[in-house]
Amino acid sequence: MALTLPFAEATSVGSPALNIAIFASFVVITLVIVIRVSAGKKTAEQYYTAAGAFTGRQNGVAIAGDYLSAASFLGIAGAIALQGYDGFLYSIGFLVAWLVALLLVAELMRNTGRFTMADVLSYRLKQRPVRIATAISVLTVSFFYLLAQMAGAGGLVSLLLGIQGEMAQNLIIALVGGIMITYVLIGGMKGTTWVQIIKALLLIAGTAVITLMVLGKFSFSFSELFQSAADNSPAGDKLFEPGLKYGKNLTTKIDFISLSMALVLGTAGLPHVLQRFYTVPTSKQARKSVEWAIWLIGGFYLLTLVVGYGAAALVGPKAILAAPGKANSAAPLLAYELGGSILLGVISGIAFATILAVVAGLTITTSATFAHDLYKEVFKRGQTTQDQEVKVARIASVVIGCIAILGGILAKNQNIAFLVALAFAVAASANLPTILYSLFWKGFNTRGALWSIYGGLTSSIVLIIFSPVVSGKPPLVEGGPSQSMITNTAIDFHLFPLDNPGLVSIPLAFFLGWLGSVTSKEHNAQKYAEMEVRSLTGHGVAEPVNH
Amino acid sequence: MSNEALEQTEDSYLTLQSTSEFQALRKKFRGFVFPMTAFFLAWYFLYVLMSIFAPDFMGQQVGQPGITVGLLFGLGQFVTTFAITIIYARWANSQLDPLAEAAGAQLDAINAANAAGAKEN
Repeated sequence: MALTLPFAEATSVGSPALNIAIFASFVVITLVIVIRVSAGKKTAEQYYTAAGAFTGRQNGVAIAGDYLSAASFLGIAGAIALQGYDGFLYSIGFLVAWLVALLLVAELMRNTGRFTMADVLSYRLKQRPVRIATAISVLTVSFFYLLAQMAGAGGLVSLLLGIQGEMAQNLIIALVGGIMITYVLIGGMKGTTWVQIIKALLLIAGTAVITLMVLGKFSFSFSELFQSAADNSPAGDKLFEPGLKYGKNLTTKIDFISLSMALVLGTAGLPHVLQRFYTVPTSKQARKSVEWAIWLIGGFYLLTLVVGYGAAALVGPKAILAAPGKANSAAPLLAYELGGSILLGVISGIAFATILAVVAGLTITTSATFAHDLYKEVFKRGQTTQDQEVKVARIASVVIGCIAILGGILAKNQNIAFLVALAFAVAASANLPTILYSLFWKGFNTRGALWSIYGGLTSSIVLIIFSPVVSGKPPLVEGGPSQSMITNTAIDFHLFPLDNPGLVSIPLAFFLGWLGSVTSKEHNAQKYAEMEVRSLTGHGVAEPVNH
Repeated sequence: MSNEALEQTEDSYLTLQSTSEFQALRKKFRGFVFPMTAFFLAWYFLYVLMSIFAPDFMGQQVGQPGITVGLLFGLGQFVTTFAITIIYARWANSQLDPLAEAAGAQLDAINAANAAGAKEN
């Protein structure tokens, strides 16, 4: 079925005014809720973690809201529409990764830490150096993630609001950033969590509606849907076989293994994901959070499969690629095809809400790291008041928000899809080895942690800089711009063949953590006992942490 | 907390850690989560590697159009992820939590005994 609607060549779809109205009502409603649930002065604990006041189920929904970013909502649907099987393959890594969090990380982290990831990593090691290293890694991961989200906002704007002018796009990015800062300042973690909960429910409900409508068009027959998707795709039946995206040659194949590794090991090392485990009171509730998150995220990716093939069948790859957002526009275009301007407006509103909620969660986490780890523990050596710490956290939130806006404006026309994969790779290399070693390995010590964190961080970033994502990818068409970040084909300094550094940097970080530990004699038996007892029993969690 | 009291709490952590009950708790926890992690990682990478290096096998159509071995394999990843979640939650709620609570109570008892001992001195 060919798409004959006028927007294939126009700059936007549907009614921009309606899209804006729906998004504005989301902002107003959530803002009222944020103000109602969380106005007033806050302790550090309330600001960073809502003082552990959420239930496992609420937190599980919020985790889904935090995790199902625009990249997974729009990106995966588009990848399935265009690359079929390979897009589906990609989504599975994002789900399976949650088992690492469920089995190895969530409960033990909840039992051991209070505010930040560094609380756990520095528990039995030397405070200052480990906190500094962890903070640098947290800030790096969150910055890449933040940039990807904000730049994505720019792309969405041009698609959904029909805004093409440079200045207008920048204004919208600034507006999204400004609203996000408001949520964070007023609501702290409690307000942010409610935004994520509402957004998750809307996103899942909206996707379920689209799924039902797609299936309805094919009289609820999967084989009819698949058949129609294949008929409409230049790939034909190849759509259901592996290889459209990752099967080109040995390099792309190994690259996919690298990416899979980063996805499956990166999730449990993402700081804003770990921060969510502190918003519940007990490890049992943390377990329940991840259970809920897995059901919701898994269910969502199953729906995405139908949405993706539905977009291939009903919109068609040609129209998707012709739209301003390319693959990212598959889901919105499908919504328009199925439900006209209204459904498109709803989906656009949800997409904006998604960016807003994810960015707010990232900002809270980053400001907690800045105020708690760097300001309080490192600069002030623990000698500061709660009020002072919260004040610093709020200032940090505003600064981070402004950096996000600026970064989003600068990166909006860049090829930024790799930033999310990079955030996962850095999280899996710099954070996860130290998290696992400090929770499970008696012999782990400060040198091991520092070597692993700095080694994982440096190797993943250096490999990215010298990879084809930054320079040296061949142009799509002869004489066209390079597909790398640096579009000038004359500039090529890539030395590392893979797009994703995980395959090298993750094992390297595990190795360095081991090597550093066995070459250092440091071992604090008392602190180790305290940490292990607390991590497994949960006793002593509510007491002040005596460092 | 005074320094003296603090040292006692830390000592009580060491004391508890050396009890056979606590070591049984650790063993039980690791005995479940380590093999389970090894299993799901192996199963996931098997799926990834087969998709990458055995595309013909994974692309075989099973029955209706669009339903390939690889798709079923992929849906199988969802099934195992959901199943492991259910199995772990049930196991942890019924088997692990009682042991953890008992160990926590034991820690309180050790602390109480230490405090009583400190008073006598």
